Amino acid sequence: MAVQVLIPTPLQKFTNNEASVELEAGSVAALVEALEGRFPGIRARLCDDSGKLRRFLNIYVNSEDIRFLDNETTSLSDGDEVSIVPAVAGG
Amino acid sequence: MTATLSRSALSGPTFTGLRCKECGEPYASGARHVCEDVCFGPLEVVYDYEAIKSRVSRATIEAGPASIWRYREFLPIEGDPIDVGTGFTPLLKAGNLARRLGLKSLYIKNDGVNMPTLSFKDRVVSVALTRARELGFTTVSCASTGNLANSTAAIAAHAGLECCVFIPSDLELGKVLGTLVYNPTLMAVKGNYDQVNRLCSEVANTYGWGFVNINLRPYYSEGSKTLGYEVIEQLGWQLPDHIVAPLASGSLFTKIRKGFDEFIKVGLVDEKRVRFSGAQAEGCSPIAQAFAEGRDFITPVKPNTIAKSIAIGNPADGPYAIDIANATQGTIAAVNDTEIIEGIKLLAETEGVFTETAGGTTIAVLKKLVEQGKIDPEETTVAYITGNGLKTTEAVADAIGQPYTIEAQLDSFRQAWDQAQSKHAAAATA
Repeated sequence: MAVQVLIPTPLQKFTNNEASVELEAGSVAALVEALEGRFPGIRARLCDDSGKLRRFLNIYVNSEDIRFLDNETTSLSDGDEVSIVPAVAGG
Repeated sequence: MTATLSRSALSGPTFTGLRCKECGEPYASGARHVCEDVCFGPLEVVYDYEAIKSRVSRATIEAGPASIWRYREFLPIEGDPIDVGTGFTPLLKAGNLARRLGLKSLYIKNDGVNMPTLSFKDRVVSVALTRARELGFTTVSCASTGNLANSTAAIAAHAGLECCVFIPSDLELGKVLGTLVYNPTLMAVKGNYDQVNRLCSEVANTYGWGFVNINLRPYYSEGSKTLGYEVIEQLGWQLPDHIVAPLASGSLFTKIRKGFDEFIKVGLVDEKRVRFSGAQAEGCSPIAQAFAEGRDFITPVKPNTIAKSIAIGNPADGPYAIDIANATQGTIAAVNDTEIIEGIKLLAETEGVFTETAGGTTIAVLKKLVEQGKIDPEETTVAYITGNGLKTTEAVADAIGQPYTIEAQLDSFRQAWDQAQSKHAAAATA
């Protein structure tokens, strides 16, 4: 399952300044592991000490927030686009 | 040429950097908004309160301009501000509405007449664009539910900055027109605000622009503190007992609190607990839902309400808003679209203030909380009205009266006047 992952600027120091990377993963949880495998240290930025995705990070699969899907267990298919976006204020 | 040196050049900025609100990690004061080295929490500006305390007094503030820049020592800028007359809006003693609701002392903080674009967003944008210019940005941008787009486009025009703003494509016409007239590049995105925000985060990654609510957010959000300072000053250097404000991202709520706390900290006002209550529209009430269920985390929702200016389904500062409501024995409540329209009409009919849907939400929640006994009639209460009704006339067009169309003849007038009188009498007895 090759998926495209959009990396926010603050995390690009882990990805050799790549804004987009392609990885194999069948779920969001597996994607976090795949990212860690390729870019050691990035998991600790994405997840808190208990291993949960940090509450100020939003993850989208094909533009849909994973909290409207199945959170970390959201499955991924070939060609999916996953976006990692820090929370922002506004209005 | 010392006579032309600005105040700030003589005394220097009062802020020293940024710090993560969650974990405390320090950062230099550049264009960044999240704790990128540790936890992705939001960054906040750090001030030297001793320096502020040594420079300000009630007298120095009162001698300042009638704008937010009378509080410039509390704002994160280095040099001279972009001053478009933002702030120092009326604090209206709302006697009629107070009587209608059964309150003793009610005030309306009316940012519907803020300058230049008639919403509280002019405060945050004035600060953000001043800082954007200091940080060397030549293009500024934002993701907006409407009011922020109006404000960013207008103040960018005044400051001579390039501007590209993003809005959901289904916004009210007045808000679209009220942006386009300043001739920015306007992107109407097919999606809701949360989708617009996600897109903007991705654009911010790749374009070197100053996004007021993204990479300039720590500075931007500080502008809302002035809504706290002004109320203190306008109440005669006193804190109110209870405030009611609309909740969208939750940022405004937290910054009004910060404004109150800072004036206490530097000795401008005596310490007192102020209760904080927040208002949401039922069709987009993730913070009210979490509060009602006793949760400290937000479950996002898909907005479906006429209150578009506060329709943020994934509110970044929601958890902090809940903390404040709990800590101050306030509450967070939601009202439906019909109640929102009634709220707009109630404020207009009793106080002569025409607000938009966010203000209707606030007034409807105020009414509800009084009815539920959650606001004590003895409390000095301030309701924050953050936007102007002329921008969202669609919301009330079908819910208000019609004109009497008459001939230019006395008879025709008389007939219509009699009709109007009997309608009035019928309404009074209904």
